[in-house]
Amino acid sequence: MSAFLTVDNLSAILDGSDHRVLRSVSFSIDTGEVLGLVGESGAGKSMIGKAVLGILPSAIRIVEGEIQLDGHNLTKMKSADRRRLIGATAALIPQDPLTALNPSRRIEPQITNRLVDILGWTKFDARVRALELLNEVHIDNPERVMASYPHELSGGMRQRVLIASAFAANPKLVVADEPTTALDVTVQKQILRLIRELQARHSTAMVFVTHDLGVVSKVCQRLAVLYGGMVVEKSTVPDFFEGPKHVYSRSLLAATPKYTDPDASLLPVDEGVIEQVAAQVRAADREWRP
Amino acid sequence: MLDGRSTIKRRAGARLWLSGLWLGVMALVALFAPMISPHDPLAQDLFAGRLPPFWIDGADPAYLLGTDSLGRDVLSRIMHGARIAFSVALVAGLATAITGSLLGLLAGYLRGWFDLVISRLVDIWMAFPPVLFAILLIAVLGTGLTSIIIAIVVIDWTRFCRVVRAEAMNQSAMDYVSSAVVAGRPRMHILWREILPNVLPTIVALLTLEMGIAVIVEAILSFVNLSISSDAPTWGGMIAEGRTSIYQAWWVLAFPLGVLFLTVLSFSQFGEGLKDRFDPVLR
Repeated sequence: MSAFLTVDNLSAILDGSDHRVLRSVSFSIDTGEVLGLVGESGAGKSMIGKAVLGILPSAIRIVEGEIQLDGHNLTKMKSADRRRLIGATAALIPQDPLTALNPSRRIEPQITNRLVDILGWTKFDARVRALELLNEVHIDNPERVMASYPHELSGGMRQRVLIASAFAANPKLVVADEPTTALDVTVQKQILRLIRELQARHSTAMVFVTHDLGVVSKVCQRLAVLYGGMVVEKSTVPDFFEGPKHVYSRSLLAATPKYTDPDASLLPVDEGVIEQVAAQVRAADREWRP
Repeated sequence: MLDGRSTIKRRAGARLWLSGLWLGVMALVALFAPMISPHDPLAQDLFAGRLPPFWIDGADPAYLLGTDSLGRDVLSRIMHGARIAFSVALVAGLATAITGSLLGLLAGYLRGWFDLVISRLVDIWMAFPPVLFAILLIAVLGTGLTSIIIAIVVIDWTRFCRVVRAEAMNQSAMDYVSSAVVAGRPRMHILWREILPNVLPTIVALLTLEMGIAVIVEAILSFVNLSISSDAPTWGGMIAEGRTSIYQAWWVLAFPLGVLFLTVLSFSQFGEGLKDRFDPVLR
């Protein structure tokens, strides 16, 4: 059986230039599997998630490659059909819980409207489902939360609501775009556990975008390391933490602060390594250009 | 597990109440001017010219705020002037708000060529001196209430367009919009149902500001005699007449000027007050 989501040789450029922001990216995810996309800022990890969900900024254009979701080729579909397919099968857990809920509407319609309008549920069913999900994300007082406005909730609560909302329609694919970056460390851990829990229960395929290798080791089964919009290494999580193959991955792993040695200074990734991987990116570009 | 934020109650503040009170009173006066004004605003009595207001010696208690040089009652003229000022404020303000906001919302959300065209148009528009532009427009359209309203809309839509466009762009970049796209919402649904409610407080604040501006523009045009017929009781017209006799009868100038000032101030303060009170997020 083929994978649930396959991204094949995907390249995207900044419109009006020939600068590639994604460089021939390929990977695949099976149902129930979590793939971590790791890399430093600007490596294009969020961009991949956005490309899959069809929410790339208008300045970025896909020029090559295919995205297959559940047997459908997204890049060849009409945009209305694509929106419908993505709406029915995929969901997003956004990075910043502070801007991811509409500030002028109560929580309840923000979870249920989508179920009612797009998936044709009855209002009653949608409400029951919303309450059930808020319970699942361990919100003690779901009735009250549903009647609240976003600004009445704390960041951690909002992220719980967003997770609940993402899983509401039983999506087969969830893209989590650095879901814990905007939260403080104590809340991070709970939220990660929650995402993992729901993902496992619903056996959702998941793309988990993060810069935190520690998070990857807890949540993902496989990972792809990105540099400059290019996948430099793909590996299973146990293999990776035993010994990454690419030099860049090795120094990225080495740069992670360790609890066992709190006095060690933070190491930047070695400049020689950066030069090496940058040269690799340039070489790929030379080959790519017609 | 709700935190304290939900229990914060914001006070309306004196600003909202005072300005609201003044505008309410003026609106009532405007509405019922024909019934409550003590005299006919156009009736002249040349034997009762330049009577002072009631607290000064030589006043006639029938003319509370005195009379102008033609013996017309200042109070009645201010009341009828409010009718014109408030009609202009309401109609021109709303029409400007709707036109400008609509173009701004579409430009800020759709971007692309539409935004390009609208934005350049706004730049060009704003380079015109507004008062000259208004006078020019009236010269072309002819005097009258409708012309004033059209002139205000044509000149001032840019004020809304620019601010609303920026705000719509801000909102479009928020994650809740991305989520709505992922959920399969059509574009126009996102614009009206998700983005517009968050831009509305800004539009309302601008609207009240614009109403104040409309009152000023109407007064300016009346002042240079380009408003309605020259003896019609407008605040700007009264100020223009009062100017000629300021040393003999200061009240003919001072009362309409004070009312104009307070009304414009109240409009802007009312808008700010509303924005503070109804903005879903304290900005």
